[in-house]
Amino acid sequence: MISATGITKRYGAVQALDGANLDLREGEVVALMGDNGAGKSTLVKTVSGVVIPDEGTITLDGRPAKITTPHDAQSLGISTVYQDLALCENLDVVANLFLGSERRRWSILNHIKMERATRDLLDQLDVRIRDIRVPVASLSGGQRQSVAIARALVGDPRVVILDEPTAALGVEQTAQVLDLIRRLRDRNLAVLVISHNLADVRAVSDRVVVLRLGRNAGEFVTADTSQEAIVAAITGAAA
Amino acid sequence: MTVLGMPYKLDRLRQGDLGAWPVVGGLIAIAVVFGSLNEHFLSPENLTNLVLQMAATGTIALGIIMVLLLGEIDLSAGSVSGLCAVVMTILSVRHGWNPVLAIVVAVLVGSAVGLLHGVMHTRLYMPSFVVTLAGLIGWQGLLIYLLGQGGTINLPFDGFIAGLSDTWLPPWLAWLLVAVLVGAYAAAGVITRRLRVAAGLPVKPSHWIALRIGGLAVLLAGAVVVLSADRGVPLLLVIFGALVIGLDLVLRHTAFGRWMYAVGGNAEAARRAGINVTRIRVLAFVLSSTLAAFGGILAASRLAAVNQSSGGSDILLMAIAAAVIGGTSLFGGRGRTYAALLGILVIQSITNGMLLLNVDSSVRFMVTAAVLALAVAIDSLARRGSAR
Ligand SMILES: Nc1ncnc2c1ncn2[C@@H]1O[C@H](COP(=O)(O)OP(=O)(O)O)[C@@H](O)[C@H]1O
Ligand SMILES: [Mg+2]
Repeated sequence: MISATGITKRYGAVQALDGANLDLREGEVVALMGDNGAGKSTLVKTVSGVVIPDEGTITLDGRPAKITTPHDAQSLGISTVYQDLALCENLDVVANLFLGSERRRWSILNHIKMERATRDLLDQLDVRIRDIRVPVASLSGGQRQSVAIARALVGDPRVVILDEPTAALGVEQTAQVLDLIRRLRDRNLAVLVISHNLADVRAVSDRVVVLRLGRNAGEFVTADTSQEAIVAAITGAAA
Repeated sequence: MTVLGMPYKLDRLRQGDLGAWPVVGGLIAIAVVFGSLNEHFLSPENLTNLVLQMAATGTIALGIIMVLLLGEIDLSAGSVSGLCAVVMTILSVRHGWNPVLAIVVAVLVGSAVGLLHGVMHTRLYMPSFVVTLAGLIGWQGLLIYLLGQGGTINLPFDGFIAGLSDTWLPPWLAWLLVAVLVGAYAAAGVITRRLRVAAGLPVKPSHWIALRIGGLAVLLAGAVVVLSADRGVPLLLVIFGALVIGLDLVLRHTAFGRWMYAVGGNAEAARRAGINVTRIRVLAFVLSSTLAAFGGILAASRLAAVNQSSGGSDILLMAIAAAVIGGTSLFGGRGRTYAALLGILVIQSITNGMLLLNVDSSVRFMVTAAVLALAVAIDSLARRGSAR
C-alpha cells in the first residue's frame, strides 16, 4: 500500500540512509529492526514527514506521494507515535486524544462529542482506564502508551508507526501494548513497529525488515524465521 | 471539563491535588482570626472597602495567571498598568478626549505592549523573565517621562472614570444579577447532564448538581446581603467578577483555552499536535498586558488620580503572589482564573485586617510572605504527588 523506495539521507558526513526500501500493507504488522544508528528513526521520519529525503520516492497506492511536513503525512493517513509519547501530562485523556484536532464549532469545544468518541475508541481497543477525566500524569506507563496509540487513531489513519512502544514498559504492560498492536492489525491498518526487542518482535509482527548502515540487510517472514537469522542480519555476521 | 463528578474530585484529592480547598480554608481562618480581634473587620462597610481595594490588583493578577499557565512570568504588569492609566488620564484630562475612548486607547496600548513582549520572547528567544524585567524598568521610565513636570494628574471626581469606582448597583439590579448567574449556572448544569445522558456518558448524581447550584446561590446572595447593608454591590466588583468568569469560560470551553493549557503542560507535544505554539505564547503576553491595563485604569479610578508611583511599589508582587496563593502553578499548565479572586481576597484581607489592628506594614509583609511560601510549597508538593 505504502512504499518507500531507494531512500537516501545524509547528515553532513554521516550517510544515515543509503537507498533503503520499505513496504507496508494493510492488516500487517512490520517490525523494523537494526543496531543503533542503523537509520531506523530516519527512515520512519521520511515517511512521517519530519525529515525530507535527499533521494528516493514514496508512493501511496502506487501513486507518488508528496510528504514534506508532518501535516502532509497526517492528511495522507500516516500517523506516528513517537517514543516520548508527546502527551500533555496536565490534560485528561479526552483532551490528549483530541489535542490539535478538537471537535468544535466556532472555537467552542464539544466536550460531549469528544468524550463519547474517546470512550468508544478505548472500548474498541480494549484499553481500560478507570477514569478518563483525570490528568494523564496519574496514569501508568502502559496506560499512557495506550493513550498515545489511541490518539494516533483519532484521524482514522491507514498507517500507524510506533517508535519503540515497549521500551519503557514492564512485562505486564508490554503484553497489554502488544495486544493493542494486534488490535490495530485487526482494524486492517498497516502497522510499523520499531523495536530492539526480539521477543516482542516475534510475538507481534508478521514481517521483519532489518536495516544495517542505512541499507536493507534482510527481510523475513516472522513465523518462518529463527531468532539467530534475524540477529545475524542485524549484526552483519554471515548467517 | 464542565462536569467534574464526585469520584473525579475524590480521585484528585487522593493524588494530592487539593484544588481550591487550602485557600478557602485560609480565608475562613483569616475571617475568624481578624473577626475576633477586631469587631469592625467583618462589618459590611469594611468588607465593601475590601472589595474596592482588591479589584485593581486582582485584575492584574488575572493577567499574571495567563502567563503563569504557560510556565512564563510577567514582571512588567505593574509598570504597564501604571503606564496605561497615565495614557488614559493624559488623553482624557489634558486632551479632553471622551473618557470611554481614552480607556479604549489605553487598553489598546496595553495590548500593544504585550504584543511587543510576546514577539521579543518568541522571535528573539529572550526568556520572559528578562523581557518583562526590561519592561518593568522601561515602561516605568516612559510613565515618568509622560507625566513630565507635575508628576500628578487628577481625574475629576464627578467624571466618568472616577465614577467607575463610585457606582453601586441598586438592590433590584444586584438581585437580578444573582438570579441570572444562578439561573445560567443551573441551566448549564441541567442541559449538560441531559446531553450526557443522551450520549450515554456517565453523569454525577443529580443531588450533587443541586448542591452546587444551591451553594452558588447562597454564596452570591450572602455577598449581596452584606454589600447591600452598606453602599450596595460596587460596579468594580461586577467588572472584576465578569473578567474572572468570562476568562474562565474561554480557558475551559474554547480551543484557544485548551491550547493554553496544552502549551503550558508540554509545548513540544502541542507543537507536534499542530498547535501554533508561538501564537499562543504571544497571545498570553497580550492578555497579560491588556489585563494589566484594565487593572491600572481601575486603580486610577479609585485614586481619582495618576502619579509617578502608579502601578509601582508592591502592586506587581502582590498580583503575582495572589495568582500563586490562589492556586496557579508556577510550573505551567495548572490553574484557573478563580485563583486571582481567591488569592487577592487572601492578600487584601491580611492587609486590611492588619491595618485595622494598627500592625506595622513590616509585619504585614512578613505574614504575606509566609502565606506565599506556604502556597508555593503546596503547589510543589501537589506537583510531586501527581507525577508518577
Ligand atoms: N538530525 C541529525 N543530525 C545529524 N545526524 C543524524 C541526525 N539524525 C540521525 N543522525 C545520524 O544518522 C544515523 C542514523 O540515525 P537513526 O536513524 O536515528 O538510527 P536508529 O534510529 O536506527 O538508531 C546515525 O549515525 C545518527 O547519528
Ligand atoms: Mg532511533
